[in-house]
Amino acid sequence: MSAHPPMYFKNRLYYALLAAGGLVAMVGAYGVYMMEHHGHVITGMNNQIVWGVPHVFAIFLIVAASGVLNVASIGSVFGKTLYKARAPLASLLSIAMLAGGLTVLMLDLGRPDRVIVAATNMNLTSVFAWNVVLYSGMFSLVVLYLWTMMERRMNPYTVAAGFAVFAWRFILTTGTGLIFAFLTARQAYGSALLPPMFIVLSFAWGLAVFHLVQTVLYAWNDKQLDPLISQRKKNLLGIFVIASLYMVAMYHLTNLYFAQQKGFERFILLDGGVFPTLFWWAYVVLGNIIPLLLIYAPGLGKTRCVFAASALIVLGAFAFLYVFIIGGQAYPLAIFPGYQASSSFGDGQIAAYSPSVHEFMLGFGGLAIAFITTTVSVRVLNFMPQDKHYITD
Amino acid sequence: MSEMDIKRRNFLKTSLGTAALSIAPGILLFDVAHGTAAVSAAVRWGMLIDTANCREGCNDCVTACNRENGLRGANSTTNAQWIRKIDIKEVSTGRQVSLPMMCQHCAHPPCVDVCPTGASFKRADGIVLVDRHRCIGCRYCMMACPYKARSFVHEAVTDQNPDVPRGKGTVESCSLCVHRIDAGLKPACAESCTNKAILFGDLNDPASEISKKIRSVASVQVRADLGLDTGVRYQGL
Ligand code: SF4
Ligand code: SF4
Repeated sequence: MSAHPPMYFKNRLYYALLAAGGLVAMVGAYGVYMMEHHGHVITGMNNQIVWGVPHVFAIFLIVAASGVLNVASIGSVFGKTLYKARAPLASLLSIAMLAGGLTVLMLDLGRPDRVIVAATNMNLTSVFAWNVVLYSGMFSLVVLYLWTMMERRMNPYTVAAGFAVFAWRFILTTGTGLIFAFLTARQAYGSALLPPMFIVLSFAWGLAVFHLVQTVLYAWNDKQLDPLISQRKKNLLGIFVIASLYMVAMYHLTNLYFAQQKGFERFILLDGGVFPTLFWWAYVVLGNIIPLLLIYAPGLGKTRCVFAASALIVLGAFAFLYVFIIGGQAYPLAIFPGYQASSSFGDGQIAAYSPSVHEFMLGFGGLAIAFITTTVSVRVLNFMPQDKHYITD
Repeated sequence: MSEMDIKRRNFLKTSLGTAALSIAPGILLFDVAHGTAAVSAAVRWGMLIDTANCREGCNDCVTACNRENGLRGANSTTNAQWIRKIDIKEVSTGRQVSLPMMCQHCAHPPCVDVCPTGASFKRADGIVLVDRHRCIGCRYCMMACPYKARSFVHEAVTDQNPDVPRGKGTVESCSLCVHRIDAGLKPACAESCTNKAILFGDLNDPASEISKKIRSVASVQVRADLGLDTGVRYQGL
């Protein structure tokens, strides 16, 4: 069996992949059309669970888009050659995921046709409005940064652009965290820990996505990643995973400290049905513990293990966001603390939610946009990390 | 606010005024007498709900609201409910209370703070509204409201009341029956309650019935700890 498939075969595979991505994007477009036509009534969302699965996808993509730039920042801002060689690929992934995430966010609006209103009638006290500025600014900055790297004449500006991206992405992820942190009336949110938690999560998720793509890219081009490089990047991933686990633990522990939050924590961590299961098994075990074992256990930590670890981290991220976003809304809002409540509007009751297929179509459509952008770009431009002189140095 | 919007609003006002003149001269007289033709910050509309007068199982205010605002009144999870009856029971004492809950018309409304487009806004007289032409349906206000006062319109709406435009894909909530207030009437819920559990009036006018009552009986704002200074107050909580 040949380890080097012939060019002919690869070309066909490439177009097959592209077609598959296009198909998923089209299915996404169909989902959007249906949601537009019938309204959100065909989704699982309702007046209690107002943000559903599309938000899980969108927030994952946006947070990871910010985190993946860490690779670029370490290169540009801290001048590490190993990472510098990877900055273009990291920037590309960031743009691709940002595009996918923002598309999902926008198409999930009740009136996506009015999205321009959000840009022309900006309410400056709204965190959402800040985020509109942050996302579009980020997009342009990263494009600029990429240009300074890919165009030789612009090279002298790379460091400056890198710094700008570095600063902007911290503000951006802070902004994402603030969307929730400002919801002070809701037990699940309204915590000052959310912005830093999201920043740390973004590091882990972004690097995991980077690893996945890099591994595929090397395999596709029949190249071997230098073991030294893979060793260092793998350790970094491990550190990010540990740090994010720590932040998530702190978030829940501080909640447990506040008496009025105890019921909510019990719900999420213990008796809330699907939410504790997802949190402990899918997020903690599959998304953190097993990846850590794959990275650090003696005898493991090879390319394949790190690839698997990265994939699990991404799955864990989805589980985490599902619990955070949906679970946070499912737990009844305490309008009358100290009272039991019941009404026709779900007061005092755990809200039910079963996502519909249209929501998944939209979410996967967003992933497809990111996938297509990446696949086409790595083929037409050279995003392959150039490690030659680094290694021979 | 764009010039267009102002023009439209003035147009609406004029046409409503003409309509009022032709069909209900009495109402227009009320307007003149109270000087409410232009919305003024001298007024702050509010309500005082006396839970002692509110009966468990009675749904008259909800029915009246649905009729007035063209809501279907079904209780599915995707249906709009601008006002709902909540039955609460104090855990430590077992005391039971039934009360209506709707938009509390906060003086510092989180829904307005978070709204990216400014579609959520507070009128000078304290009424919090959604501009249906500007709402993009992001539902952030629903996440921010501590009282779950808002509903998202999940499907196309039929049988609309011409005074109360609604639209699929936008968010809405109790408008304090602003169209009635502007015509010199009480909100539909307050009018419908035969037990007089809902007292409507101007909180800024020391001589109004509501202001006098608030001065003499104990009343509270729900979740007063959040500091939103709600326009709706409750007695007997
Ligand atoms: S009760 Fe809710 S919808 Fe009404 S003004 Fe306050 S925050 Fe806004
Ligand atoms: S749903 Fe409409 S009113 Fe509510 S925050 Fe979004 S744009 Fe504003």
